[in-house]
Amino acid sequence: MITLQPLDMMRILPEIVLSVFAVLIMVLEPFVRAGHKKLLGYLALLGVIAAGGASARLTSLLYSWPGMGPAFGGSIAADEFSSFFIGLFMFVAGIVILGSMDYLERDHHQHGEFYALILMGTVGMCFMAASTDLIMIFLGLEISSIATYILAGYRRNDYLCNEASLKYFLLGSFATAFLLYGIAFVYGLTGTTNLLGASVRLAASPQWTPLAHVALILMFVGLAFKLSAAPFQIWAPDVYQGAPAPVTAFMSVGPKAAAFAVLLRVFLGSFTSAGDFSFWILWISAALTMCVGNLGALWQPNIKRLLAYSSIAHAGYVLVGVAAGGQRGISGVLYYLVAYALMNVGAFILIAYLAGADERLVKIDDYRGLASSRPAVAACLTVFFLSLAGFPTTAGFLGKFFIFRAAIHSHLIGLTILALLNSVVSVYYYFRIIVAMYMNDDKKETADAVLPWSVRTVLAICILGIFYLGLMPNDFMGLSTLAAMPLFK
Amino acid sequence: MSWYSTHILTIIIFLPLLGAVTLACLGRERASAIRWVALLFSLLTFLITVCLYSQLDPGRAGMQFQELRLWMFIPPVNYHLGVDGLSALMILLAGFLTPLSVLVSWKSITVRTKEFFIFLLALETGMMGVFASLDLILFFVFWEVMLIPMYFLIGIWGHERRVYAAIKFVLFTMAGSALMLTGIIYLYNITDTFDLPRIMAHLANFSSLSPIAERWLFLAFFIAFAIKVPVFPFHTWLPDAHVEAPTAGSVILAGVLLKMGTYGMLRFCLPLFPDASREFAPLICVLAIIGIIYGALVAMVQPDLKKLVAYSSVAHLGFCVLGIFVFRPEAIEGSIYQMFSHGVSTGALFMLVGMLYDRRHTRLISEFGGLATPLPVYSTFFLIVVLSSLGLPLLNGFVGEFLIIIGAFHSHAAYAAFASIGVVLAAVYLLWMYQRVFYGEVTNSRNLTLSDCDLREKLILTVMVIVIIAMGVYPQPFLRRMDQSVNSIMLRIERHTVILTDRAPAGHTGGGR
Repeated sequence: MITLQPLDMMRILPEIVLSVFAVLIMVLEPFVRAGHKKLLGYLALLGVIAAGGASARLTSLLYSWPGMGPAFGGSIAADEFSSFFIGLFMFVAGIVILGSMDYLERDHHQHGEFYALILMGTVGMCFMAASTDLIMIFLGLEISSIATYILAGYRRNDYLCNEASLKYFLLGSFATAFLLYGIAFVYGLTGTTNLLGASVRLAASPQWTPLAHVALILMFVGLAFKLSAAPFQIWAPDVYQGAPAPVTAFMSVGPKAAAFAVLLRVFLGSFTSAGDFSFWILWISAALTMCVGNLGALWQPNIKRLLAYSSIAHAGYVLVGVAAGGQRGISGVLYYLVAYALMNVGAFILIAYLAGADERLVKIDDYRGLASSRPAVAACLTVFFLSLAGFPTTAGFLGKFFIFRAAIHSHLIGLTILALLNSVVSVYYYFRIIVAMYMNDDKKETADAVLPWSVRTVLAICILGIFYLGLMPNDFMGLSTLAAMPLFK
Repeated sequence: MSWYSTHILTIIIFLPLLGAVTLACLGRERASAIRWVALLFSLLTFLITVCLYSQLDPGRAGMQFQELRLWMFIPPVNYHLGVDGLSALMILLAGFLTPLSVLVSWKSITVRTKEFFIFLLALETGMMGVFASLDLILFFVFWEVMLIPMYFLIGIWGHERRVYAAIKFVLFTMAGSALMLTGIIYLYNITDTFDLPRIMAHLANFSSLSPIAERWLFLAFFIAFAIKVPVFPFHTWLPDAHVEAPTAGSVILAGVLLKMGTYGMLRFCLPLFPDASREFAPLICVLAIIGIIYGALVAMVQPDLKKLVAYSSVAHLGFCVLGIFVFRPEAIEGSIYQMFSHGVSTGALFMLVGMLYDRRHTRLISEFGGLATPLPVYSTFFLIVVLSSLGLPLLNGFVGEFLIIIGAFHSHAAYAAFASIGVVLAAVYLLWMYQRVFYGEVTNSRNLTLSDCDLREKLILTVMVIVIIAMGVYPQPFLRRMDQSVNSIMLRIERHTVILTDRAPAGHTGGGR
């Protein structure tokens, strides 16, 4: 019987802070007068900063601070790994909240629920990263998924958006069932859902290997859906296109990173006895994901859909890092996820504003001549795309470099060449947008002339971050190396 | 080591970037100020490159003006710069051509002037970085970054099919560099460093590369460079990019960017993978000769002046590659010399074609004829440049081609024989073109009213012609500074067996040439 202890609460402090703020926002919502609803956004931002502070404090003090260590009988681990991810989630949530305040105002959406759902989704993601118990992982996944299902349908009067939400919900539930089925297999074999216990027992009983493989496949299916990894990526383009752009920014980064955290913990940190088998699952999925994402993006006329395919492709690159494994692979993956968050969130938030009221301007053709009419905005977007394409001096390049270095170290030379050629292909479609902005001059309708300060702040943070990670990688590489440690204990 | 000598390369690399930043701060309506600032920064950079080149110690082997700093900890990547006679010459070339490119764009770039000069200066930073880097990752960073300004230069200010040409240029180069990056990281796994001198030392001391690995690594690097040069089957991006680019873009592209390929072969392929280089040399020489003859034949039938010059580049660069892969010291020197002199001659040709285009907005040979009558000064300059490009003795083109053919003859007489056909063909297509454009009666009445060169154009062309003649008459200052670089490359190729007997050691290589 597990008894609740104050120490346990301490170790999930960031999640608690977030939940409190989410509830607070829901309660306060009716009391804030229309026209002042942005205040709720600031409150949510405050919550994110407070929770980020709570997790940063955990990191800085390491084990001398009682906030680090296992909690709730070993089903939660407040370690460097989870702290790293919690930091990343706080960053993503904060940036998305800051970037969506004026978006919600412009399109007359409800404020309160939006922020509360973002916070709740973030809580779920934090639990996913921190769980060392399959049931907790499942709960975290559900918490974050349900929030994102609702957010995906936030533009209620738009039928594409409704389609997105419904599709995401139905396929998502289906995929979660696979995960649960996998968990059931593990429990059936080992009698426990604790990752450590289950993996020890599986390693000790080789006669269960075939069934363990079934369990791994089932769990991979559930996670691959969240990662939008091929062949379970079909939903992503439709959902990313239909959902409101700030929500797309959130869910193309947050839940994806959380699913990667789970993948790392389960496939590399725990079930190492099935290493060879899971390696091939990852290898095949990585190769497929990169190719499907990049080929799918080539001729997309819609910029949101194009970026959806591109984010599938990026999941593929990260999977290369996961397949490479080892300390190098995991720290590379962590670095890449931060870089990816910076560039993808930045791009989607900017797109949300350039799309104008009700997101009508989302065709690549709508970006024609943007460089003449709004040079600074075009320059920002160019930086995001160059980083996504992996040009040096940007975060995208070093992220890829670290991952490929790990891959070649693990002798995945074929996969690395495939990934590099894929990134060459990706240059073509990112440059299509740059061509539209810089090399076609016919003026088109453009959205609001001035970007609100909140969006400018988001852009400044993302662009500075991209160059910081691209030029001075040492601090973050040190952090991600440290964060990879707990998986090797 | 003074502060000056350890930082001069950093200054050369980042001064143009500083210029670009300065331009970014200027208002876009102040077009004239923008031009002057761009010219100022590029001239300043050129002056420093001249200092660098003149202070280079020709008697010293190894890298000079080195700067070493740790950039990344895990994996260790250094900010390691340094030059020898080879890279300093390339830096000089880039520094020389950039201010001239600013000048040729003075009047022809009228839209988005500010961005144009920002990209041009950023491009110079990239070029300098490529030639000065001694760390493979640093090299790769500059190599890739440089694509972006060039992409915009072609894509925004180019001619009709500019978008297609620009993306083709980027994709070709990136496909090559994808392989190269794989090779670089693989090399790191073997030697545990990205630092070029340390990798060389490692490979020289423990021959830790298996022949198969060496072969693959050689190919990974070579293909990246071969695309850039371009060596024969990879050349298809070149005519598009050169023709569609604005004049300054073509000048830089032909003058400097193509040399990155041959520079890479000399700096990386030969010293790092000597055995594989020897193994592939016959194939590469044949490809180079095909390039020489094919480029010349295609140039001959071009109706478009700029395309003709572009294909002539394929032929000329074929000579450079041939010179490198016959593994003779005189041929390698000739090849390096040809790299510089092709930059000057072809750069000048593109400038001349650009000036004509500014006046008539066409480059078709059939539109012209008898231009010598209305444009006497212009056609004189054109003639000198044409003669230099086809390798007339006492002009710059001759020295390099001559040395290459001598070297090729020593290695394999058939190479020399076929390469010489290329020399003859060059005379054919260039002189025939000159004859059709400049001699005879004025066939098109619109050409009668053309104005001859103005002061700016005369200045540019005079500088070019002075360099052309100086390099043809007195090549010694350049050749002297290459000796040590060529020696060390030969040492690696010959694997410590003493280099050729028919050649005096460095420092005494006077007179004979």
